[in-house]
Amino acid sequence: MMVRIVRYVVGDILRGRIVLGYTGFLLVAALGLFNLGGDATKGLIGLLSLVLLVVPLVSLVFSTVHFYNAHEFIELLAAQPLRRSTLLLAQICGVALALAAALLLGIGLPILLYAPTATGLTLLAVSLVLTFVFTALAFLAAVLARDKARGVGAALLLWFYFALLHDGLTLYALFLLEDFPLEGVSLGLLSLNPIDLARVLVLLQMDVSALMGYTGAMMKDLLGTGTGMAYAMVVLAGWMAVPLASAVWVFRRKDL
Amino acid sequence: MLAAHCLTKSFGRLRALDALSVTLSRGQAVALIGPNGAGKTTLIKCVLGLVRPDAGELTLDGASLLGHPGLRSRIGYMPQIGRFPEHMRVGQLFELMHEIRRDTHSRTDEDLMHAFQIDRIAHQTTRTLSGGTRQKISACLAFLFDPEVLVLDEPTAGLDPVAVEALKEKVCAERARGKLILLTSHILSDLDEIATDVLYLIDGRMQFYRPIEALKAESGEIRLSRVVAQIMRAASGDGPRPGASAP
Repeated sequence: MMVRIVRYVVGDILRGRIVLGYTGFLLVAALGLFNLGGDATKGLIGLLSLVLLVVPLVSLVFSTVHFYNAHEFIELLAAQPLRRSTLLLAQICGVALALAAALLLGIGLPILLYAPTATGLTLLAVSLVLTFVFTALAFLAAVLARDKARGVGAALLLWFYFALLHDGLTLYALFLLEDFPLEGVSLGLLSLNPIDLARVLVLLQMDVSALMGYTGAMMKDLLGTGTGMAYAMVVLAGWMAVPLASAVWVFRRKDL
Repeated sequence: MLAAHCLTKSFGRLRALDALSVTLSRGQAVALIGPNGAGKTTLIKCVLGLVRPDAGELTLDGASLLGHPGLRSRIGYMPQIGRFPEHMRVGQLFELMHEIRRDTHSRTDEDLMHAFQIDRIAHQTTRTLSGGTRQKISACLAFLFDPEVLVLDEPTAGLDPVAVEALKEKVCAERARGKLILLTSHILSDLDEIATDVLYLIDGRMQFYRPIEALKAESGEIRLSRVVAQIMRAASGDGPRPGASAP
């Protein structure tokens, strides 16, 4: 049942201009970055910085706006013999899959052409994971908020926090606590931000400790590449599952 | 057939439904009337599972509707505002609905689709349609799966006169076949032609629930709008009720 609805949601979104524009933007930016530096690694690092900002932002804003625009239709579907959980999961999967399709074409294609390495594929994989994480977070914000303005506002705040503020706060906390053993603390702070986890996952593939920042360098030091990656993947999986489950929990009890 | 027992729902301080108990039967077309905020929409939304009541029970032939989405296969719903995914074609919208309900339905009823000539616009995207045309689609979807209960929220709003007549005929025909119709409308003359009973709500409580013929006979009026006006005046004569000024 869910698959049937997902197909229509994906089809509807892919026929719209927004996802097309997103794909085009990613494609142009990725090709540009790979051609500018000449070196594939430099291109990947540039693409990583871009993806870590743009993917969460687009996923958050697009998903919340989609939810509110589809409000009347979701209401109509909720009046059909359908479980609420099926309905919401179908919407979330539909949006996430449409955005994932844009990523596969927009950065997947350039990566295959210019950097078909483990690092390149890791970058593509974490971009897909971030799409799912932030789509789920956006739907959680949307089902919790009472109106469109609050929902989109909350989504933008989430982006601002995870993309910009969290790193600053982490650094500040580590600076304040510099006299204490910090490994556990910094690992904990890192785990609280899916964007940081994604960044570390990609950078652990490269040998560029200078670019990893404090937490990244510490993570490599602490866990070693293998365990570090496994840890980051498990925590990222949690970042997908928890918002998803919470959004479904709230939506099942929500008055439409 | 459809019964509410002590159905209660509050939104913050507002009591939208206050221990409402009522039983509706097959072959009835019940018009929900009441001032704005009387709880008409909340009652409809509870029946459809869109709003979860705080307390009370809602049953269809004795089986609880609350928490049993499968029972909604026996209900058809025409919302007040029909908005569909922008880039979806009309034909695809109907395909999607068929896929959602195909497990529970063998018989479909395409009378209204023929009356409204939906096949002519099947290739258009829903975004390009006028409000009235979207309303026609909503009506078709409500009747499409031959449900035993039909919930129509302002069904005639935005429809052209020809479509209104076609819809009224359809409602009367389905009622005669033993369906239960639950409808709201601000156009009392429309209700006059299709409703058999009036359920009047004020502040989430049932003010009265009577057959239209009986109401007309008692009041000596021929038109439902006059009857309702008379009753409301009488009610306010007993003592002022907040919000009872306009239907």
